[in-house]
Amino acid sequence: MSGTMLNVGLDAAQLTEQRSKVLRGFARGDRAFSLTTLIACWTVVIILTGVMVALFRGALPAFQAFGWEFFISQRWSPPKEIFGGLPAIYGTLISSLIAMAIAMPIGLGIAIFLTETCPMALRKPIGIAVELLAGVPSIIYGIWGLFIFAPFLAEHVNPSLVKFFAPIPLLNALFANGSYGTNVLTASLILSIMIIPFISSVSRDVFETVPAVLKEAAYGLGCTTWEVVRKVVIPHTRVGVIGGGMLALGRALGETMAVTFVIGNAHRINPSFLDPGTTISATIANEFTEADPGLYSSTLFALGFILFVITFIVLAAARLMLMRIERRLGN
Amino acid sequence: MNRTGITLNNFFPLRALVLLATLASLAAFAAGCPSGSDSTSTDSSSTSTSGTSDNGSASGSTDSSATDTSATDTASAGSVGQISGAGATFPYPVYSKWADSYQKETGIGLNYQSIGSGGGIKQIQAKTVTFGATDAPLSGEELAESGLVQWPMVMGGIVPVINLEGIEAGQLTLDGSTLADIFMGKVTMWNDPAIAALNEGVSLPETSINVVTRSDGSGTTYNFTYYLAEVSEAWKTGIGVDKAVEWPVGIGAKGNEGVAQNVAGAKNSIGYVEYAYAKQNNMTHCNMINQAGKTVSPDADAFAAAAASADWNSVPGYGVILANQPGDATWPMTAATFILMYKTPEDDASSTEALKFFKWAFEYGSEEALGLDYIPMPASVVESVEAMWSSEIKGEDGQPLV
Repeated sequence: MSGTMLNVGLDAAQLTEQRSKVLRGFARGDRAFSLTTLIACWTVVIILTGVMVALFRGALPAFQAFGWEFFISQRWSPPKEIFGGLPAIYGTLISSLIAMAIAMPIGLGIAIFLTETCPMALRKPIGIAVELLAGVPSIIYGIWGLFIFAPFLAEHVNPSLVKFFAPIPLLNALFANGSYGTNVLTASLILSIMIIPFISSVSRDVFETVPAVLKEAAYGLGCTTWEVVRKVVIPHTRVGVIGGGMLALGRALGETMAVTFVIGNAHRINPSFLDPGTTISATIANEFTEADPGLYSSTLFALGFILFVITFIVLAAARLMLMRIERRLGN
Repeated sequence: MNRTGITLNNFFPLRALVLLATLASLAAFAAGCPSGSDSTSTDSSSTSTSGTSDNGSASGSTDSSATDTSATDTASAGSVGQISGAGATFPYPVYSKWADSYQKETGIGLNYQSIGSGGGIKQIQAKTVTFGATDAPLSGEELAESGLVQWPMVMGGIVPVINLEGIEAGQLTLDGSTLADIFMGKVTMWNDPAIAALNEGVSLPETSINVVTRSDGSGTTYNFTYYLAEVSEAWKTGIGVDKAVEWPVGIGAKGNEGVAQNVAGAKNSIGYVEYAYAKQNNMTHCNMINQAGKTVSPDADAFAAAAASADWNSVPGYGVILANQPGDATWPMTAATFILMYKTPEDDASSTEALKFFKWAFEYGSEEALGLDYIPMPASVVESVEAMWSSEIKGEDGQPLV
């Protein structure tokens, strides 16, 4: 009796021992796994911080030389070492904003068509075609823009735009001149073509997450397709749509090659969208190879740093907006 | 038991997080520091390479084998096999043509990266290439400071190209000050009296002038603006001379091909490109009135005339800009492109090979250069350059390399 008791006791102790060994093994494995993921995460943080610090250090001489003047000056004269970042900053923002204004409705239209009204048989092929567009390298849009699109606009579209807007005050200032094919509007149009696939494919994916029950219920109540999209699909997927939009805006802000080809690369701010302009990334791409070390190079670093900050602010603003929407919905 | 497992897992990442955070911030600062400490050279890639290769002269262990073989037998080229250079894009076609022929003859290849003049200067200063190439010559001081020698290798011309309905190549003539006024935005219409006065009998349209410039930093722009500053005081004080300037009007396009495409694509436009580029693409060029007051067309003879009348020894490193040279037949916007090498190179063997290549190019490369619409250097300049090589470029043993 006591023997068995002892045996049982021993067995229990052994079992406990064994079990804790196995559990320790699990714990160790888990620890290794979490460490791996942690390292992966920190790699990004380290690189990001490194880039930021390096950019800022490179930019420091320019910021020290020009101060706040750098953000409001329009001068850009390498021989005299006078540099102002405003034209590039303005060009970056305005071209991206115009591009978003054009691409957002079209991208959403594509997504709605694909999820709501498109015949089933066509959904797959059209969806794949749109996603292929997203994979076209930007240099190809640049070449196409320079050789075909810009001359076409200069020849056939710009003159009628100028004529159409001429009698309307304010707008006639925005659409004046137009003798150059490469200008801010051309760059914005090319940008919008480039970001439409981002908006439409993200939106389509989130539209598809809308439970069929909700839509069917709405249709059952006698809603039109427009009402279903407006009142059910969009509210349900708002966060995802805005996310897709921000992704697209991020790409538009940083796009370099295609814009460099078609924006006209002039360090001036013109009221007219049909006049040439420049963007931060286009300026850096154009001038870095031949920039003398010293203030000129440092200025390009400064522009890079500003672009970094602008992109950061856009993403942060998007996050904030989403958080606010979610909070409101929660209430 | 299960509970301890959970607490362990919960506890562990916290500790690791703190540890990694410290590590990360350390690493980030480490990453930031080297580029910042070297504030003069902002190009991070060349900074890092310069850091290592500057020490290379002290250690030299990797290069010693190559140097040894060359010291004993300078002719043994087989050990090198490849000359490396980087710089100006303008002479790239002729350098690569020469390289091709030279490789067929000697088996020695040339790796030339056409990354732009500024990049070429950065790379030779970082000692990552055997020679650098630049369109804008370095000054005597800059050469002395970095221990470099410089000589002109080949020449070309810059021509104004236009797209004007009904006007053919060579039909329109401009002079320097009018050209400067056009690119400054002072002359804005094609039928401006200043243009009309130079072109009697040519019907000029009453349209505005679309100006196309280079948006990327470029030796072409440097030589073009140098000429405009020579002929226009307003240009000199208002805009200045550089590889990129503050253009008051017009659009900027990337590269010769970008300017060419924009001129071709926009009616009533004017731009400036390398002569070789204008000729090969059948662009409509303008004639120019030169310093002597004569109207000249851009061609090989007019460029050669500019080189012949120049005083090459007036500037250290042959750094003569051939803009606005005297002579009846001289094209006013002629430009030489230059080679940079160290007086006492680190790698004697490959420098010797590079010099042999340039010697060969001076001797046998003229035909090929002319075929590509480049102008070979005059014989007197070649002689002087070769004499300079043997007096200036020396190996470790103090003996001239060629």
